[in-house]
Amino acid sequence: MLGDFDLAEEAVQEAFAEALRTWPTRGVPDNPGAWITTTARNRAIDRIRRDRALRQRTETLTQLAALETLGGDETDVSGIPDDRLRLIFTCCHPALAMDARVALTLKTLGGLTTAEIARAFLTAETTMAQRIVRAKRKIRSAGIPYRVPPSELLAERLPGVLAVLYLVFNEGYAATSGQLVRSDLCDEAIRLARIVCRLMSGQREPAGLLALMLLHHSRRDARADAAGDLVLLEDQDRSRWDHDMIDEGLRLVDRTLAMHEPGPYQVQAVIAALHARAPRPEDTDWPQIAALYALLARMNPSPVIELNRAVAVAMADGPARGLPLVDALAGELEGYHLFHSTRADLLRRLDRRDESAAAYRRALVLATNPSQRAFLGRRLAEVDPPSGGGALTST
Amino acid sequence: MRYMILIYGDERAGGDMSQEDQVLEMKKWNDYSAWLREKGWYLAGDALDETHSATTVREKDGKIVTTDGPFAETKEQLGGYYLIQAANLDEAIEAASKIPSVGRGSVEVRPVMEFMEEG
Repeated sequence: MLGDFDLAEEAVQEAFAEALRTWPTRGVPDNPGAWITTTARNRAIDRIRRDRALRQRTETLTQLAALETLGGDETDVSGIPDDRLRLIFTCCHPALAMDARVALTLKTLGGLTTAEIARAFLTAETTMAQRIVRAKRKIRSAGIPYRVPPSELLAERLPGVLAVLYLVFNEGYAATSGQLVRSDLCDEAIRLARIVCRLMSGQREPAGLLALMLLHHSRRDARADAAGDLVLLEDQDRSRWDHDMIDEGLRLVDRTLAMHEPGPYQVQAVIAALHARAPRPEDTDWPQIAALYALLARMNPSPVIELNRAVAVAMADGPARGLPLVDALAGELEGYHLFHSTRADLLRRLDRRDESAAAYRRALVLATNPSQRAFLGRRLAEVDPPSGGGALTST
Repeated sequence: MRYMILIYGDERAGGDMSQEDQVLEMKKWNDYSAWLREKGWYLAGDALDETHSATTVREKDGKIVTTDGPFAETKEQLGGYYLIQAANLDEAIEAASKIPSVGRGSVEVRPVMEFMEEG
């Protein structure tokens, strides 16, 4: 290896320099060749010892750099599957800030350039580049090891990896601004989730996450209409769903359900599967979905999950049953636009138009995605038609 | 690699401990130090006296000035440290996570800079 060659050369040079320094005064040793070799070896050993600490830290970075050039094709995993897994766990190490983990994972393993990642997350390219540089520096200076965590740490580390992939997928699925669906991010998240699944085939949650992503992404061609506006699940043209992707997702769901104790991604995947299996919106098994959200809420108590459960209850038992469940979340979800749009929708279905309009207005204050804003604007016009009967100006 | 494990906590929190509790607390720390030694990680470690006993030294206008107290008033104060030798950050985090007071404050893990000698 080039590194060792350099070291050997240097060590011999130093041995010669030492000889030039000492032989004139001490005399030439009996076996000059052996002296040179021994001295060179001792120098090299000294150097290696001093450099070991530095090398441990730079090894991770060397690997990161080397593998960065491999780029995005998952089919070239065959030669180095372990290296990809090592990379994912290193990039997702908990000692790195979440945004650093996401950026580094996408840069190192994803097929995205720094500019593309920056655009996806609405940051300046220089900011994103700095974030990645700092993350690499942290890996080196803090001694983050380049490895798949040992089994005793794996259970605690795997969720972090899955969370990064889920974050990337969600960013693509419901972008905070710009197009409603950023397909390249979703594709990237799915590709990486496939790799994790394949390399950790004994684990259920990676399969659950992949199934969840596939089932959501299967609807990408039906989620937005020709104008780029949001189309609700119940209004989507189901023939435009990607049925191959649905089949793959459903197979994964069925396979992992056979293993006991589902994790949160699996439960979400089952919910998505129930939607995917319904030939028409009215065939959706809402009571089952409500029960699954209740299960999910027990695993991961969260007001957003409770909100989703309230939506399912409203679909199963009517908006009058769902509204109190939503209202109970007001304290925690006041700043969340989907809370207000959900309330507005239930109030609309209960024909409480003034309250519904107020809630839609509140949602509009908080929503940033143009497609979502256009949708909310249309709903607001339904419950509180603009006076003068003019055409609605859409954003 | 060497790491400093810096143990922070709020000196003002918690009242005086009973004799019994103090003994139990000491045992936890002794057990922890023993565990660090067993792992081969322990290099050094000490508890620090509270910040009321601190003196801060600065230079101002070319003169050394001392003030009574810590360098700054902070919500949590440095109460002790361990210096450990560990293979990587995961080991250092494991060491930090087992610090007996970890539930009552913050434990910072900071790599020690290793300077390479020239020549």
